[in-house]
Amino acid sequence: MNGIGLLAIGETDSAMMESLRAALETEFGVHCEILEASLDPAPSFHLERGQYSSTDILDRMQKGFAPDSDHLLGVTPLDLYIPILTFVFGEAQLNGSCAVVSTHRLRQEFYGLPADGGLLLERLVKEAVHELGHSLGLVHCDDYRCAMAASHDVEAIDVKGKSLCSDCRARALALMTRKPAVKR
Amino acid sequence: MNSKGKILIVDDELIVRDSLSKWFREEGYEVGTAEGGRQALAMLAQQDWDIALVDIKMPDMDGIELQQRFHEVKPDLTIIIMTGYASVETAVAALKSGAYDYVVKPFDPEEMAHTVRNALAHKKAERENVALKERVAESSFPPELIGQSAAMRTVFEAIETVGPTEATVLITGESGTGKELVARAIHAASPRRYNRLVVAHCGALAETLLESELFGHEKGAFTGAQYRKKGIFEAADGGTVFLDEVGDISLKTQTDLLRVLQEREITRVGSNQPIHVDFRCVAATNKDLEAMVEQGSFRPDLYYRLNVFRIDLPPLRKRKEDIPLLVDHFVRKFASSMNKPVQGVSRAAINMLMQYDWPGNIRELENAVERAMVVARSGELQEKDFTLRIPLNGRSGMTLEEVERAHILEVLEQCRNNQTLAAQVLGIDRVTLHNKLKKYGWKRPTDEAL
Repeated sequence: MNGIGLLAIGETDSAMMESLRAALETEFGVHCEILEASLDPAPSFHLERGQYSSTDILDRMQKGFAPDSDHLLGVTPLDLYIPILTFVFGEAQLNGSCAVVSTHRLRQEFYGLPADGGLLLERLVKEAVHELGHSLGLVHCDDYRCAMAASHDVEAIDVKGKSLCSDCRARALALMTRKPAVKR
Repeated sequence: MNSKGKILIVDDELIVRDSLSKWFREEGYEVGTAEGGRQALAMLAQQDWDIALVDIKMPDMDGIELQQRFHEVKPDLTIIIMTGYASVETAVAALKSGAYDYVVKPFDPEEMAHTVRNALAHKKAERENVALKERVAESSFPPELIGQSAAMRTVFEAIETVGPTEATVLITGESGTGKELVARAIHAASPRRYNRLVVAHCGALAETLLESELFGHEKGAFTGAQYRKKGIFEAADGGTVFLDEVGDISLKTQTDLLRVLQEREITRVGSNQPIHVDFRCVAATNKDLEAMVEQGSFRPDLYYRLNVFRIDLPPLRKRKEDIPLLVDHFVRKFASSMNKPVQGVSRAAINMLMQYDWPGNIRELENAVERAMVVARSGELQEKDFTLRIPLNGRSGMTLEEVERAHILEVLEQCRNNQTLAAQVLGIDRVTLHNKLKKYGWKRPTDEAL
């Protein structure tokens, strides 16, 4: 893996994006940059569901943003879905190059609680590491402390850590070295 | 990485199949998809699946019908019905036709993950339960092995002697004498009893199928070998292999079998990689293997390998004193399974059963008792309840004493009243015969004629 690009989808908080960038650089040990361009989420909106299709967003990321980095992570404040599920925190192309995460359901306000910026960033980093792990080819991990542990609600996200466990890290390293770098 | 389980998704909507299969793959499951019932049934025939997620509304076959078809082909497949709208009718229909659960689209991610996790845990527990029951049954002395006759006491002593050893055992006896029960008793008496006893019915399979059954095969080894399969010797894995009807195997398979017994190594069909196997061998036959060796149809070296310790099972006609015990056991067994209040067998019926020669041995006796239990109208089985394969020449209903008298007089008449000759034919001494004739008040006919 040569690097990670962060792409804003909709209106994102720049301070939060910078904190996320720094955290991902630390976790994966590769260069991470915030792209100047952004993706318009509107074409991925589903009127009946009132949500945005994460799969459609991934397709548009793949087509519209030939990444300068190996991996492109979209970050959005909007509520995401895949057709069969009521919502997703994020989605990744398994063993691919694009991933997307949403902060919509990571916010305390979504659950009727007072805003907590620190907790939101912590959850975002965990989900970002998780989705980037999928794009590397990792699947869910049985170690509940690992960032690759399955988390279908915020409680599960809060329980797990921001880092990959030693097994997933070793597997990620093997997958990163096997993967050819995307042409710049 | 090991898969958490195998899930087959059946839905006519491509978007559902794609998004669900991707989501389950990320969860660590192995996933297959089918766009309808026919394709799903074909996939079920090709591979083993743990769970099928089935859409209730599909154009070629609805989910409930497909579920029934699945159950016919693979009864232990766990089925979860997916429905587009929640309704009590749908849920009831799905659960009544045997679905494990039903889920409403779109799914809450945690609910879906939880349902599948629970279904797999349930399935694992069921499989373990079945395996444990089998192990417990295999590790205990088979209750059907019954007898107090001298012949059976010899068999029990032999089982006790050879059971705890590693010796190969050859069990001989007519069909229906209980050779497999003796093999199970040997396994139960051995240190291998907590591992499996695997039975190979050698006489029932064609040569190529038997080879694959015994030694396993690699994927593509022959037409129809779509997956690698372990053979019986590998499956036994520290347990016992029972080769039933070993006299029926071809000379080629005999050669392969000899190698396995000598080397404790097998080679799967379609492979040249030897695999070490750990098993104890018990074989059985109703054939005269010695005669077959002389005729050249059975390898002598294999015969000597199998005939390390031999147990000869007597036919039932040679241990008729065990018939009442056996009958009592079968009556209790069938009374329980048929839920019929039959307590026992009338004395006259027992006498009749004791006179019969039972060419089909204990299997025939068991079948006769089962049939009698079906037709029985009272708490005691009567002579009329039994239908014996070979009639008893009109002696049914007679007591043992009456039968003995009739038989002795019949033999005496055939011997032209020569008591010495009749005693020889009857297998008793002349004094015993004389005393019995005196008791019957028999008089020499020639005396009257004089």
